[in-house]
Amino acid sequence: MTTAPFAIAIELDGDGAHPAAWRAVDHAPADLLSGKRIAATVRAAERAGFTAVTFDDAAVPPGTSAGSGVAGRIDAVQRAAFAAPLTSAIGLVPVAPAVYTEPFHVSTQLATADLASDGRVGWIADTDPDPRSAAVYGRAPVDAAEAVATATDAIEVVRQLWDSWEDDAVIRDTTTWRYVDRDRLHRVTAESPRFSVAGPSIIPPPPQGQLPVFAPLAGGLPAGTDVALVTSSAQATRRVATEAGAAQVWLELEVALDRAGVPAARRVADLDAHEPWAPGTVGRYVGDAAGLVDLLTDLAGQVDGVRLHPAVLDEDLDEIGRAVLPALREAGLFRSPRPGDRLRDVLGLPAAVNRHTAARTATLEEVTA
Amino acid sequence: MSTTTPRNQIQFGVFFQGVNSTTIWTEPESGSQTAFESFRRIAQTAERGLFSAFFLGEGLRLREHLGQVHDLDVVGRPDAQTQLAALAAITEKIGLVATQNTTYNDPVDLAHRLQSLDLLSGGRAAWNVVTTDNAWTGANFRRGGYLDHADRYTHAERVVETVRAVWDSWDDHVVASGRDAASWADRSGVHVVERDLGHYAVRAEGRLPRSAQGHPVLFQAGDSDEGRDFATRAADVIFSAHPEFKDAKAFAADIRRRTLAAGRPEDDVKVFPGQQFVLADTDAEAEEKARWVAEHQITPATAIAYLENIWGTSLQTYDPDGPLPDIDPVVEVTGSTRGSGFQFQKSQELATQWRALSEAEGLSIRQLVTRVGVRRGGIVGGYSTVADRLAEYADAGAVHGFNVSPWLVPSGLDDIVDRLVPLLQDRGVYPTEYRGGTLREHLGLRGPLTRRAAA
Repeated sequence: MTTAPFAIAIELDGDGAHPAAWRAVDHAPADLLSGKRIAATVRAAERAGFTAVTFDDAAVPPGTSAGSGVAGRIDAVQRAAFAAPLTSAIGLVPVAPAVYTEPFHVSTQLATADLASDGRVGWIADTDPDPRSAAVYGRAPVDAAEAVATATDAIEVVRQLWDSWEDDAVIRDTTTWRYVDRDRLHRVTAESPRFSVAGPSIIPPPPQGQLPVFAPLAGGLPAGTDVALVTSSAQATRRVATEAGAAQVWLELEVALDRAGVPAARRVADLDAHEPWAPGTVGRYVGDAAGLVDLLTDLAGQVDGVRLHPAVLDEDLDEIGRAVLPALREAGLFRSPRPGDRLRDVLGLPAAVNRHTAARTATLEEVTA
Repeated sequence: MSTTTPRNQIQFGVFFQGVNSTTIWTEPESGSQTAFESFRRIAQTAERGLFSAFFLGEGLRLREHLGQVHDLDVVGRPDAQTQLAALAAITEKIGLVATQNTTYNDPVDLAHRLQSLDLLSGGRAAWNVVTTDNAWTGANFRRGGYLDHADRYTHAERVVETVRAVWDSWDDHVVASGRDAASWADRSGVHVVERDLGHYAVRAEGRLPRSAQGHPVLFQAGDSDEGRDFATRAADVIFSAHPEFKDAKAFAADIRRRTLAAGRPEDDVKVFPGQQFVLADTDAEAEEKARWVAEHQITPATAIAYLENIWGTSLQTYDPDGPLPDIDPVVEVTGSTRGSGFQFQKSQELATQWRALSEAEGLSIRQLVTRVGVRRGGIVGGYSTVADRLAEYADAGAVHGFNVSPWLVPSGLDDIVDRLVPLLQDRGVYPTEYRGGTLREHLGLRGPLTRRAAA
């Protein structure tokens, strides 16, 4: 636990967590895969006052091969980037796979989105070893342990690339005609048998310096993760996450609320008639808003945040924004981000210090001591 | 709606370069070269001027000069597709062109991102296919320098074919038309893509349907015989290096011939040379401004560095305002670390030519570099003079448009949009509105190559 205010994020993937959610929304199925739809949902989430939105992704299609759920998905980092100029306060946190991807690309893509949003982007490092994903990139599949080890290396390389420009690297010196100070640009020093990355990055440092890095605890937490996403708030789980180095622990929670006089259980049952919402490892709350307020109040004493997976995005996001977040704000348990806030600050993570600047400053202090 | 004008038209694109000495960063009016606001301003100005496309390069390694980061030009550029995704949210019509190489991007991932951008933007995405293959760039990637330079186009064609297969992996009407359908997707219309690309093989299920324009538009910029053949087989638009009138006409004729030979209609490939504009109220003022621009693009330090790249060694002891170096280059050809515009130049031959030129005309190092440098002044003149010249290009069918490189960021398009475009419109040689909503429509292109039989 940190002293940061409780974080409440919402997952925006598809039309909601229920596999039949697409039948309950007002838009045509194909309109899900459009900029217009993304604009509408991120704006709704920002108006409601969520800490952050998350965008799920994978190298394989969503849904199941048996035909359940939505089968299409726009790249998550691009969805976050698209959302950046349309919002001003809310955090934008896409999944980017960390196992079979090139860390150099992941690093520059996320840094670009962070620049476009002026410091509101985070990264969910996906550690899924799915062999189908390996085939998408033309790489050899790895097992779960190797996937976490690869993600650990990837996070370190990505972080070194974000640090590879010191803040004062751009000097625009018109007496020497030098645009940058080469001594403030640094190569990547991490040695990994899994990658080759020389550095420096091609893009100036992201406004946050280091983006908050999230990763699921399931399967093992890669080192370098700031926020562990967990499926149980039990003390034992929290201990595993913090011992693995996570500064914060967020609980995943599926949510369906009463709406317009229709009980949540009834809403879910109606959708289940089309396709059942099979319970997974993530806990689920089905009930009224007051009950969710109580549950989140309780959780605020155990974890640093929650990520809500709404059964039907349009309906449940709206209900949470209308009847849950205001009550938590009034109770002083939750604060919505304000325009201009950076995600690290909103989450209460310490300011990122550039490793090269820190090392030089330390050396200077030694010399002058 | 069709217009009644009998004249051919030209269009503009804008190439936000970032790197290269084209961009003047030393002046007070030059703003941030990397802040999102600069990109927003240029993209929105271009859209106000009915530009067909906003174009970004790709950086995969910071450029180096004599073994160190090249520090005299703007350094740092965003990831092209991510930046274009952000710009898609705040523009409505302009095409969004991402340069992406076929060697260090993974083909299925590349296809998916381009298709994502295409859907996000409502059918405005394009891919400028480049074939960067050097191992120096590859040092940032797992596969490193695996590709021989000679094989770059063979590999590029395989990648393009794979990318198109991903784009075509969903039949039309896979996505349910209504909420009562049996399932969201009719998976019998989703096809697995399996390709052996020689150095590796991929297998993927597509994750997206086609956009309103079918496929992202394909740009290509290679200028060799092989590059031109590749472009006329596979691309929709060529970003050419032939802006001068006679040269542009000859290039356009060559491309029409190759396009026909590739079994396509002769007007199937559009040509957009890169071009710089220096404009003012009068021709004399424009000439004066062009001198100022050249001086600020080719600073004393840049002039020396330009020769150092050809000579392959430090020339810091030479005076930029003095004669050319008396020593010979120490390399046969230039390397790849300064970007594609600088690589594989024949050093000895250039040194001999340039010495002769500078002796004949009494040119200093800086004057010579200003003369022979990558951007040779571009189109310079008063607004109405330039409008007349561009009308000649349009009438002669020498180009379909120009990809404008602004030399100031972010204000570099203002005079083109506010002063030149209206004069071109008065002459009937520039669009007065966007044709439709997609980039393919703006450019007057036919459907995607792989979809013609089906159409």
